[in-house]
Amino acid sequence: MTYTALTEHDKAEMLRTIGVASIDDLFADIPAALRQHAKLDIGAPLSELEVRRKMNSLAARNVNFDQAASFLGAGMYDHYIPAVVPAIASRGEFATAYTPYQAETSQGTLQVIYEFQTLLCQLTGMEMANASLYDGATALAEALFMAMAVTKRSRFLVPRAVSPFYRRVVNTYMQGLPVAIEEIPFADGITDAEQLTSRLSKDVAAVVVQQPNFFGCLEDVQAIGEAAHAQGALLISVFNPVSLGLLPPPGSYEADIAVAEGQSLGIAAQFGGPGVGLFCCRKKFARFAPGRLVGTTTDEQGREGFTLTLQTREQHIRREKATSNICTNQALCALMASIYLSAMGPQGLKNCAEQSYHKAHYAAKAVAKSKGYELAFKAPFFHEFAVRVPSSVAEVNQRLLEKSIIGGYDLGRDYPELENVMLLCCTEKRTREEIDLLANAL
Amino acid sequence: MLEPLLFELSDPGQYNDYLPALDVPEAKLDMPARAALPLPEVDEHTLVRHYTRLSHKNFSIDTEFYPLGSCTMKYNPKINEVVASMPGFALAHPLQDESTVQGWLEVLYEAQRILAEVAGLDAATVQPLAGAQGEFCGLLMIRAYHESRGEGKARTRIVVPDSAHGTNPASAARCGFTVTQVASDEHGCVDMAHMREAMGPDVAAVMITNPNTLGVFEKDIEKLTALAHEHGALVYMDGANMNAILGQVKPGDTGVDVMHFNVHKTFSTPHGGGGPGAGPVAVRKILEPFLPTPYVVKQGDRFTFDYDRPQSVGALHGYWGNSGIVLRALTYILRHGSSGLQEISENAVLAANYILARLRGVYATANENICKHECVLSASELRAKYGVSAWDIAKRLPDYGFHAPTVYFPTIVKESLMIEPTETETKVTLDAFCDAMLKIAEEAASDPDLLHHAPHTMPVGRLDEANAARCLNLCWAAPENDSSCQNGTPHDAHREVPQASTY
Repeated sequence: MTYTALTEHDKAEMLRTIGVASIDDLFADIPAALRQHAKLDIGAPLSELEVRRKMNSLAARNVNFDQAASFLGAGMYDHYIPAVVPAIASRGEFATAYTPYQAETSQGTLQVIYEFQTLLCQLTGMEMANASLYDGATALAEALFMAMAVTKRSRFLVPRAVSPFYRRVVNTYMQGLPVAIEEIPFADGITDAEQLTSRLSKDVAAVVVQQPNFFGCLEDVQAIGEAAHAQGALLISVFNPVSLGLLPPPGSYEADIAVAEGQSLGIAAQFGGPGVGLFCCRKKFARFAPGRLVGTTTDEQGREGFTLTLQTREQHIRREKATSNICTNQALCALMASIYLSAMGPQGLKNCAEQSYHKAHYAAKAVAKSKGYELAFKAPFFHEFAVRVPSSVAEVNQRLLEKSIIGGYDLGRDYPELENVMLLCCTEKRTREEIDLLANAL
Repeated sequence: MLEPLLFELSDPGQYNDYLPALDVPEAKLDMPARAALPLPEVDEHTLVRHYTRLSHKNFSIDTEFYPLGSCTMKYNPKINEVVASMPGFALAHPLQDESTVQGWLEVLYEAQRILAEVAGLDAATVQPLAGAQGEFCGLLMIRAYHESRGEGKARTRIVVPDSAHGTNPASAARCGFTVTQVASDEHGCVDMAHMREAMGPDVAAVMITNPNTLGVFEKDIEKLTALAHEHGALVYMDGANMNAILGQVKPGDTGVDVMHFNVHKTFSTPHGGGGPGAGPVAVRKILEPFLPTPYVVKQGDRFTFDYDRPQSVGALHGYWGNSGIVLRALTYILRHGSSGLQEISENAVLAANYILARLRGVYATANENICKHECVLSASELRAKYGVSAWDIAKRLPDYGFHAPTVYFPTIVKESLMIEPTETETKVTLDAFCDAMLKIAEEAASDPDLLHHAPHTMPVGRLDEANAARCLNLCWAAPENDSSCQNGTPHDAHREVPQASTY
């Protein structure tokens, strides 16, 4: 009886009411031969104390950010999470509710999502946002599907400077479909504008741009957007939400769809997930949007309330004609992002973005001073930068680990031409002392 | 009762200082900076009150009985959350060197191994992020399998019963397959005659849900899977209803080739208000080469990611999936062990049958005899006699302190109420719920208007969902540029069907 709640006495009474002799009789519809083989072999139950011990010992086999200063980013960032975020998000009323299908019993979750949608509009300068998607990578894949539906075109230009993790997922989603994904090369850390323009034509559904891009460098998003729009293609922006404390938002450069990984907004890294996919677009695309949407309405007495809306786009009604097969949003992570954005406020987010910027630039300078190390690109960057290192990235990282530093990402894993190039990141959490230690340890 | 919006609480000048002062020299800004950042300015105390009051406006498993059919709203043990918040798990980066995340890799490896065993299949991936993505993943693998046999182009169709979750056909369409729907018989089981007609050399897979969405075990499951295999098709099982059969039958033994789990249902990772979840997928040996990349393997004493998978369908997530959710599921599974998982299904099925027995007669039932983890009632008689619909009943239940069952799904039962109590409710709670349902049936006869205008005790009354689509307002705007409907952005909405569907 671990979490089951029926006593032996209850069970006997219930079986009497049902009119069967045993629980076994309730499974009589399953062929006996199948049931005979069903015994599981996963061990005996563990008490809560035993599970805790076991999991503690597994957790102890991971090096975590409390033990080592992390300079690792590449799409997932170690920003400070104010205590108020987990304190509120762990409330059972939020954590153990389901999708707010029954609006009257779910006004809390619904208002949170409506506020989340609004916060994202404020952050990005976009006209609308959905209730969130799985993660940044799948949000980009959904953006491509939406661009196809909106433009009735199926060619996409995707720079190599867009996260290779995202591009991998896009390729998975598009395999087998009549879609062309064309990669655009980069030059000195940013997307090659000439190559991009030469490939643009009236059959391109959308151009993707990541700002800052995977190398941390800043793209000329304005020019890329104008080039795309001149051919009737949409501009899909992959943004970094914290960077928008400092950088012009996707709405300001006329992005048609803007997507992001929202993990940096108050969500722990958790070995990569769950985070939250942010999805914003123009309001005129609302009926093509994937995922849940929360809108306002009124009750019988004219009181304002919130409800899921435009559900006729969705799989549970449209089935194979739905805009997406998606069913969950990441409501709990969206709640964390909302608390984070509202607790930080405009000043706090700006401060966080600026500190990340200044520290990354301080670190870049310090690292470039070390013998054999040089910045790989000259383009302006936000809080990540690529460094050419004198040996393999793995060797450098091993040395750093000995000084309790989690080093950077090995770009050679995804870009053969960037062998021995390491991507380093500084958030506001890195101290001058840690950065100096990093530079000295190199 | 109305809680102001965050933006209405904004008090310019408020600022929570969480960060220390900058300890490095400022760098020159070599880009144009953002002009204005119009986020709300709220002090932390006001924020805490705001969100706490909002939390009070939710029904949740922690506060109410939540018998939403097909969603398995069971108690979410607190130990899951304690484990997930251990710094060694919570504060680890997905791209750290493998030597520094051996604990995490072991968690994923163990989850792969145990889920394969529970499924009665040979291997499992924990990368899919939700049930729907699990379906998508499974279908991609099925296509890759047919392609590897030179039949990829020929097999373009997926056969799905009409009682399936909407995600099944939607996932098939997402992969570029066409969908054939087959009817259910009067017991809610797949109609084998229709199934035979639907099969052909162009079918890539049959997608089934077992137990099905009527809470009935597919009695012909072995014939059905054999039929699919005779035609060279594979069988996908939607594992949403695994809570009914844990340790009672292994899907692999029934002939299923690939299935997903909804760990936020069966294995109690919280639903989170709609997510995040995870949808691990288990497969038979023949599909193993096509599993997503990377896949966690054990080499001697060490765990490592295997990227060298040339036939893989690829990656489904930026990193390795919703690891934090998989961790909670593993914690829950280890607590239960083999015998505990079996007890779950026994108690869940007992509870559902008890509700069925107590409400049978007053409500029409779609289940003839016994059901599995959920039962499906119909309000069609109440509707005919008193004009009271399943929707009205769903709206009345919160007044008695219960969340509604799933209504109007499965669509094959008219005025359906799909009730899934789970194993974690006491008999006292089950009885109180049944008493409320019986009382509501009396109210339908004595005072139908009471039900038509329910709920009466919630923070808001019955909401006009069609209006929300007609006057689309998805984002708050300051009063001076209000974009709400009266100022004119009516939306040409489709007619909104009131459906509290599932998944």
